[in-house]
Amino acid sequence: MQQVFSIPKSMKKDFRYTFCPGCDHGIAIRLVAEVLDELGLRENTISSTSVGCSVFLYDFLDIDCVEAPHGRALASATGVKRARPDKFVFTYSGDGDFASIGLAESMHSALRGENISAICINNTTYGMTGGQLGPTTLMGQVTTTSPTGRNKEYYGYPIKIAEHIALCDGTAFSARVALDSVAHINEAKKAIKKAFQTQLDGKGFGFVEILSSCPTNWHMTPEEAHERVRNEMIPIFPLGVFKEVN
Amino acid sequence: MGKIVIDQNRCKSCYICTTTCPKGLIKKSDKTNRLGDYMVEFVDEKNECIGCAMCAKRCPDMAITEVWR
Amino acid sequence: MTNRDEKVLIKGNYAIAQAAVNAGCQCYFGYPITPQTEIGEYLSGKMQELGRGYVCAESELAAINMVMGAVATGVKAMTSSSSCAVALMQEALSYAASDELPVVLVNVMRTGPGLGYIYPAQGDYNQAVYGGGNGDYNLIVLAPSTVQECVDLTYRAFYLAQKYRNPVILLADGLLGQMMEPASFGEYPYPEVDVSSWALTGAKGRDARMIYSVATDEKKQIQHICDLHRKFEVIAENETTYEEFEVDDADIVLVAFGSMTRNIKAAMKVLRAKGIKAGCFRPVTLNPFPHKQIHALAEKGKEFAVVEMNMGQMFKDVKYAVEGLSNVSLINRACGEWLSVEEIVSSVENVLRGGKQLAASL
Repeated sequence: MQQVFSIPKSMKKDFRYTFCPGCDHGIAIRLVAEVLDELGLRENTISSTSVGCSVFLYDFLDIDCVEAPHGRALASATGVKRARPDKFVFTYSGDGDFASIGLAESMHSALRGENISAICINNTTYGMTGGQLGPTTLMGQVTTTSPTGRNKEYYGYPIKIAEHIALCDGTAFSARVALDSVAHINEAKKAIKKAFQTQLDGKGFGFVEILSSCPTNWHMTPEEAHERVRNEMIPIFPLGVFKEVN
Repeated sequence: MGKIVIDQNRCKSCYICTTTCPKGLIKKSDKTNRLGDYMVEFVDEKNECIGCAMCAKRCPDMAITEVWR
Repeated sequence: MTNRDEKVLIKGNYAIAQAAVNAGCQCYFGYPITPQTEIGEYLSGKMQELGRGYVCAESELAAINMVMGAVATGVKAMTSSSSCAVALMQEALSYAASDELPVVLVNVMRTGPGLGYIYPAQGDYNQAVYGGGNGDYNLIVLAPSTVQECVDLTYRAFYLAQKYRNPVILLADGLLGQMMEPASFGEYPYPEVDVSSWALTGAKGRDARMIYSVATDEKKQIQHICDLHRKFEVIAENETTYEEFEVDDADIVLVAFGSMTRNIKAAMKVLRAKGIKAGCFRPVTLNPFPHKQIHALAEKGKEFAVVEMNMGQMFKDVKYAVEGLSNVSLINRACGEWLSVEEIVSSVENVLRGGKQLAASL
């Protein structure tokens, strides 16, 4: 028999995820690790980490990391890349970090065409603090700070991140993927690989938005949470590649 | 013919694998882990596993550490 | 500048910028704000010419975080700004202190609070020395008083930042930034610090390195905070610097920092001509502050007057150092025109007549 699945080499030895049961962060980080392995990048990588559930990336990936305050991952990554253009630099943030508190840093990094790769986990809520309304919370969604559901009068509308990033002239690749099925997971990995390859080719900003479940704060089982991604999120946040510079 | 290896220390009993396996070979067992959750077990008496690795790809905790085919 | 020993007539902001280049600053990130904008303007051309890093950042918030990212890889990098915009950077400075990142920040002070205006002032003493960020941390704060010192202390800022892995603030002010004075650059006088044991370069042939401040273990957090403070005790022991002028025979010692020192030297001459033995004590490092040295002068029975362009910020540190051993007065103005020689002289005379703390005058 031949081994067809193993733990990626870019994962830390003896790691154990500290995410809630059924959380998609674990899959997203594994895909990043697999792509780092396949492109041979682990030993040349520096990551700027974010704040939120995504912060614990450095507990799991066996790579050099520098922390950034909440929302500043893309500014920090800009500094890393400008100082060491020969290094592979990526960020891994949640939607709150990337598109709320850090929207200016994220958008301007894309506009400047920083030659870095950014991954954003969109789970429509602030997970670590217990499920508050965030920049991507869907209309009607009940959170601890939208007890009767998101309405336009009090909260306004959610942001479509991948489409906005695609509008920036410095963006070379922008895609939205999901992790609710094996087929979508395979697509997600392809997108991450393309975003990383974009940087290796020196084309500019590469971005992947990953629709993810948060069973704990959605008060759902992992299966129900994936159904919500499929039935409620994807219709509002369509999957696909929104920009790809050849 | 295939097989998988489950690391019970990593498994958090989310049971995504139990509905993902196309052959229904991963089941909730009656044994519990240190948190009191029912653990999953791989039972393949008729050698039905095809080593498709779908369980491992969907496991959020990389508790399925090896897939062979 | 072919001959670096030659004296050139140069504006303080340009002097800081060129000194940064000479010190080997590999990246500059900044956002415009008067009265320091010339630093970013000068470096925009210079850094591109030298093939080094330069970003017109979208905000000061982004700029300081870019510096943190850059210095984490072991290179020298800096940003510059002024008062109300330095306020925006306080979060990052707290992180940088905890992460032990050798960030260099130049603050060319203007007036506050709030937007204030571009009048000269020294109102950021507390912001720099005590910090506006969260938690227990210390920044090294250097205060130049001449354009020559803008050069010398910029060099020292880069050196100390890497030597101690601690953020450094060069606390200049609008007068210094905008004033032209002769200065020579010389060569960068410090050895290069070996950063290979901690810098992020990719985990090749070694364990992965993580630079972060979060500690989910309470004991580790306590240990970390204590380690940072022990480090600063070493910095205080080794790096506290100050200047004294005619202090030995003085009855009253005028304590001032930065540009304020300039008029004091002239005022001392007038005072001494009038028979008043005045000396001057000038902390060069505002943090670590020369508490011991000021205390020693107080033990010798000297009286003090703190002269500053704020409502008495360093005044509190001097009182703390004196520990009630002698009288400490405050001669100050909130902001605007620097206290003139005449104002300093008459204020000192008033203090000696028994007037206590003087109110800030218009």
